[in-house]
Amino acid sequence: MTRRVAGRAVDKHVTDEEAAGRRSRAAGRRSRAAGPDRRRRPGRAAAPGRGGPSPLSHRRTRSRGGRRHGSYPYALYAPAATVYLVIFLVPTVMAFYFSLTRWTLFDSTFVGLENFRDFLSEQNLRVGFQNTIVYAVVTSGLKVVLGMALGVLLTSSLRSRGFLRSVVFFPVLVSTVAVGITFSMLLKPDTGLVDRALGLVGVDGRDWLGDATTALLSVALVDVWKGVGLATVIYIAGIVSIPGSYYEAVMVDGGTAWHGFRHVTLPLSWPATYSVIVLSFIGGLRTFDLIWTMTRGGPGFTSDTISSIIYKQYQAGFYGLSTAGNVLLFLVVTALVVPLTYVLGKRQVAS
Amino acid sequence: MRTRTLKRLGAETVALTVATVVFLIPFAFILLNAVKNEKEATDLGFGWPTEWRIVQNLTEVVQARDYVLLRAYVNSTILTVASVTLIVLFAAMAAFVLQRRQDRMSSAASFLVLTGLIIPPAVVPTIWLLQELGLFKTLPGLTLVEVAYGLPYAVLLFRAFIAAIPREFDEAAMIDGCGGVRLFFQVIFPLLRPVTITVILTSSVAVFNDFVNPLYFLPGDDNATVQVTLYNFQSQYSTQWNLLFMDIVLITIPPLLMFVFFNNKIVNGMTDKALTG
Repeated sequence: MTRRVAGRAVDKHVTDEEAAGRRSRAAGRRSRAAGPDRRRRPGRAAAPGRGGPSPLSHRRTRSRGGRRHGSYPYALYAPAATVYLVIFLVPTVMAFYFSLTRWTLFDSTFVGLENFRDFLSEQNLRVGFQNTIVYAVVTSGLKVVLGMALGVLLTSSLRSRGFLRSVVFFPVLVSTVAVGITFSMLLKPDTGLVDRALGLVGVDGRDWLGDATTALLSVALVDVWKGVGLATVIYIAGIVSIPGSYYEAVMVDGGTAWHGFRHVTLPLSWPATYSVIVLSFIGGLRTFDLIWTMTRGGPGFTSDTISSIIYKQYQAGFYGLSTAGNVLLFLVVTALVVPLTYVLGKRQVAS
Repeated sequence: MRTRTLKRLGAETVALTVATVVFLIPFAFILLNAVKNEKEATDLGFGWPTEWRIVQNLTEVVQARDYVLLRAYVNSTILTVASVTLIVLFAAMAAFVLQRRQDRMSSAASFLVLTGLIIPPAVVPTIWLLQELGLFKTLPGLTLVEVAYGLPYAVLLFRAFIAAIPREFDEAAMIDGCGGVRLFFQVIFPLLRPVTITVILTSSVAVFNDFVNPLYFLPGDDNATVQVTLYNFQSQYSTQWNLLFMDIVLITIPPLLMFVFFNNKIVNGMTDKALTG
C-alpha cells in the first residue's frame, strides 16, 4: 500500500499549500510573506537617508530575523535528507548511467542505447508497455466510477452505511499478496468459486488467469476490488463537505435527486475525483505485487507489466536491461503523470 | 410514504447483499478453507467443513519449515517498528523546517518530496548501492529502504499539520530562550500527536504489507518477512491449500486488529489530508 498511499498525496502539494496560505492569511501573517519580507530588509537598510527606520530599529529587525532563522536549523533536515539522498536519489541518478551498460553489479561495460533498443524491439518486452497503460487506465477509471457510486450510496440515509463503509474499506488494509493468492484460487478454472457461481446461472466459466485475453483484465479487476475502498472514503469525505443547502436549492427549484447529483455532487466532488485519478493512475503504472502473485506475467508474457519485466530481467541476471526498464518506467510515469496533474489541477482551479 | 419506505428498504437490502457477496465472501472463503482438512480444502469449495481443524492447521503452519513463519513474524515486527519510528522522527523534523522556512532549500526539498511520490525507485542500482555499503540482504538495509520510500508521504502529512500551528508558539518559545532543535522536540513535536498517530498507522500497514522491497532487498529464508513467506508458501503448499489459507489468516491478523481499533483514525487521516490538507 505504501506506493498507492504515497501517490495519493501528490495533489496535496497544491491543496495544503493553499490551505496553509488561507489559514495564516486569516491569522494576519502569511507564511509566504516571509520570503519577500526578508528580501525587503536590505533595501530598507540601503535607504537610510529617507528618514526611514533608525539604525537601532534596523538592528532590532535584523537580530529578530536572525533569531528566527536560527530556530529552524537545517540540522533538522539532515537525517531525512541523508537517507533519502543516499537510498533513493543516488540510485535513481545512477540508473541513468547503468541503463547504458552491460552490468554484472561488479563491473559494467558501456553499450550505449542497446538495452533500450532491446526493450523496445522485443515483442515480449514491448507488450509490457501496452499492458501497463491499459492496467493503469482500467483501474483508475473503474475506481473513479465505482468509488463515486459507493461514495454517494454511503453518504445517503442507508441505515447500514457504517457497516458498509467498513466492509468496503477493509481490503485496503489486507496485504496484496494475500489478496492475490485468494483471488487466484477463486478464479481457478472450473473448480474456482467464480466459475462455479457462473455455472449456477448457466454461464460457462473460463480459465480467467490462464487465458491471454482475460488475464490482465482479471488482475485489474482484483486491483479495483482491493483499492476501491480508498477511493470510496476519499469520495465520502468530499461529498460530506458539500453544504446541504446546495441540495436544498436544487429541491426548491423542483430538481430531482438526479439533478442534485449531476449539478451539485459531480462538480463539487472534483477534488476527490482528482485525488482518486492521480493516485490510482500512479499506483496502476507501478503495479507489481498483484500481477506477480496472480499470473507472474503469464500466460507467456501476455500480462507482463513494466515492473514485472524489470523483476524478470533482474532474476535472469540482465542487470543493465532491468535498469533500462526502470528508466523507461520513470519516463512513462513522468510523461503521463505530470501532464495529468497539470491538466486536472487546472480544471480544479477553474471549478 | 409507505412505498418510499419500502423502496428504501429494498435499496438497502440490495446494497447489503451485493456488498456482502463482493466484499465478504472472499474473506469467508479464506476462513472456511483455513480450518478444513487437506482433502476438503483441495476442493476449494465454499462448503461447511466436516471437521474443524483450527488448532492442528495452526500448529502445522507455524512449525512448517523449521518455524520459518515465526522468524518471519519477528523480522516483520522489527522491520515495521524500526522503519516507522525513523519515518515519524525524520519526517516530522524535516517537515517542520520545510514548512517554517521559505527559502531555496525548502523549495528544493518540496520538489524532492513530490519526486519521491511519483518516481518509481530504481531497484537494481539500489541493490548495487546497498551492496557497496554492506547492507544488502540485511534487515538494517531494508529498514533504510522502507524509510527512504516512506518519507515523502509522511513529510506531506506532517507539513500540512504544522501549517496549522501558529508561529506565535515558536516565538513564545524563542523568547523563553528555547530555539532550534529544542524548540522542535519540546514544543512542536508534542503538538503533532494526532498526525503522528495517522503516520504511524498508515506507514505501519504499508511496511508490514510490503512485498516488493523485501523480495528484492532481503532475499533468502533466514530473514524473510511475512509477505515473502506467504508468497513462498504458495508454491510449496500447492497441495495443502488449508495451510496456505491458515497462513493468510495469520498474516491478516495485525491489519485486522488495527482496523478494529483505529478504523476511524485511519480513514479520517487518509481522507482529511488527501482533500483539504
